[in-house]
Amino acid sequence: MSNLFDLLVAGLATGAIYALVAVGFTLLWQTSQTINFAQGEFVMLPAFLMLAAMHAGAPFWLAIILGILLSMILLGLGFKLLLVDPMMRHGVLPLAIATMALAIGLKEAVKQFFSAEASPFPSIVPTGDISILGHAVSLQSIGVLVVAIVAVFGLTALLNRTSLGHQMQAAAQNPTVARIIGVPVERMILLTFLINAFLVALASLLITPIYLAKFSSGEVLGQAAFIAAIVGGFNQVRGAIAGGLLIGVLDNLAAAYISTQYRAAVPMIFLIAVILFRPQGLLGRAEERTV
Amino acid sequence: MISFGKPLKIALGLIVIAGLIIVPMNFNRYGLFILSQWAVMTIAAMGLNLTLGYAGQVSLAQGAFVGIGAYAAAIMTTHGWPLPAAIVVAIVLSFAVGWVLGYPALRVQHHYLAFVTLAFSTLAFLVFRNESWLTGGIYGISNIPRPHIFGFATNKPLPFYYVCLGSLAIVSLAVWWLIRSPWGRAFMALRENPLRAQSLGIDTRRYTLMAFAIGSALGGIAGALYAPLTQYIDPVPFNLSLSLDLLMMVIVGGAGFYFGPFLGAMIAVLLPEWLRFTEGYYLMLYAVAVMLLLIWSPTGILGILDRYLAERRTKAASALRAVAKSRLETVQ
Repeated sequence: MSNLFDLLVAGLATGAIYALVAVGFTLLWQTSQTINFAQGEFVMLPAFLMLAAMHAGAPFWLAIILGILLSMILLGLGFKLLLVDPMMRHGVLPLAIATMALAIGLKEAVKQFFSAEASPFPSIVPTGDISILGHAVSLQSIGVLVVAIVAVFGLTALLNRTSLGHQMQAAAQNPTVARIIGVPVERMILLTFLINAFLVALASLLITPIYLAKFSSGEVLGQAAFIAAIVGGFNQVRGAIAGGLLIGVLDNLAAAYISTQYRAAVPMIFLIAVILFRPQGLLGRAEERTV
Repeated sequence: MISFGKPLKIALGLIVIAGLIIVPMNFNRYGLFILSQWAVMTIAAMGLNLTLGYAGQVSLAQGAFVGIGAYAAAIMTTHGWPLPAAIVVAIVLSFAVGWVLGYPALRVQHHYLAFVTLAFSTLAFLVFRNESWLTGGIYGISNIPRPHIFGFATNKPLPFYYVCLGSLAIVSLAVWWLIRSPWGRAFMALRENPLRAQSLGIDTRRYTLMAFAIGSALGGIAGALYAPLTQYIDPVPFNLSLSLDLLMMVIVGGAGFYFGPFLGAMIAVLLPEWLRFTEGYYLMLYAVAVMLLLIWSPTGILGILDRYLAERRTKAASALRAVAKSRLETVQ
């Protein structure tokens, strides 16, 4: 059974990263009906921004700060002003297609301006193992899990405990009413874009030391985050967190107990089952049908 | 204007068709390959345009159907079957799978449907890659023969280009007929307002499934041509990105416009070639071009044209009204 314990820890660690990415995804959907097909590439890019800063001679901690700031400017502010705002009135589908084009653009830009090869990336957590209940668990897994949990708890505390968070939720649930009672809806939407950019930069920082920095690494991650968001509930932050952890664990268990070749199929089949039998997601609330 | 509009359109169509037949005669091997690819991708995009543009069902699985058609053709023709038989099997197979994939569309819509079909795409890719007893796995299937049509060998690029072009012509006519038939009207009713369509007595279940099945079957035909075109297939070309590319083709060309897929496929297949002089930057420029186009016109290129024509028509109509009004006033 020691194997199962290790698998669970590793699964929770990757799941926590999926959750970070999925949470941003659901935030964008709630506030601005944006389905961001470039979300995976959004995770890939900050690592390269940080690497570029380090190549320019910045120490690691400064590169992290620069990377997060640049990511918030480019992937938060820039993404909203240049792509989402002009396309918002066109409806969900054209914007979704535009984000697909953005994904291609980001991938190609990194390949062209940085490198087509995978680059190593320093870890913020020291490597090595510690012993928990007689099991050797890698510090990296623990570190990833802890940082992701802190970030997610911070975010839920912001959303549920502070007045700013209440305003954000009001803006997401009913923009018209929120506007009437004096919530600066536009500023709240911008804030969710900035939070999404921060979360993807954090996910990038956590996951890149494990999987290396590669221009194409966003594809798998983006898909996993979509699945997590839908499985958990497209319109619920806590759903996205649960979905992320669930998919992470399921993925690891499937690889070990079912088949490595079809490991990617297990979350997909799970996704199809959830959509067919509980379209709003495991923790989501049903969206009313528009006629 | 309207009186000579139709002959003008027919003349323009004939010129384009003659151009597609004559001009490539002195193209090199690569040019012919690209043009053949355009014809094949147009067929696949036309299928998706039926499902998405006319029936309003978002599908991210069209690439998987191209894959199903391609594997059916590759497996059968390398075992000595003629290509037409393989095309029939590709159609039947992708029609049946498309029909089954339509069932989720009866339950969920929009982005949920997009994600179900996205999952299906990934599952199909995994089957292509892992069932190596059938598909050759990551090594794929090579030496896919090109067919003999009426005794003519089409091994050379030019004859096979005509096979692709001819298939495109047949499919175009079939789709032209389909969207003008009651079926096509039912599809459009489904897109505009499913509830109202149902209240008008349209069997929405059946037409939703049909929209998926017919669209998928066209993807299968495209795949069955793609296999002999490249003469080698492996799972990579049929991954999710092909489905996304096809979706982009349909939207960029103009979803719900008959000629949308032709234009969309032209941009997706030819534009990167024209931008090749920019070397590594071409996909980047392509991505930027798609984003700018969609910001400007979310209904694609033909959407711009459509808006322009509609504007002219309203202007002409109001001019006529003004004339009629002034006449009425002089009479009084």
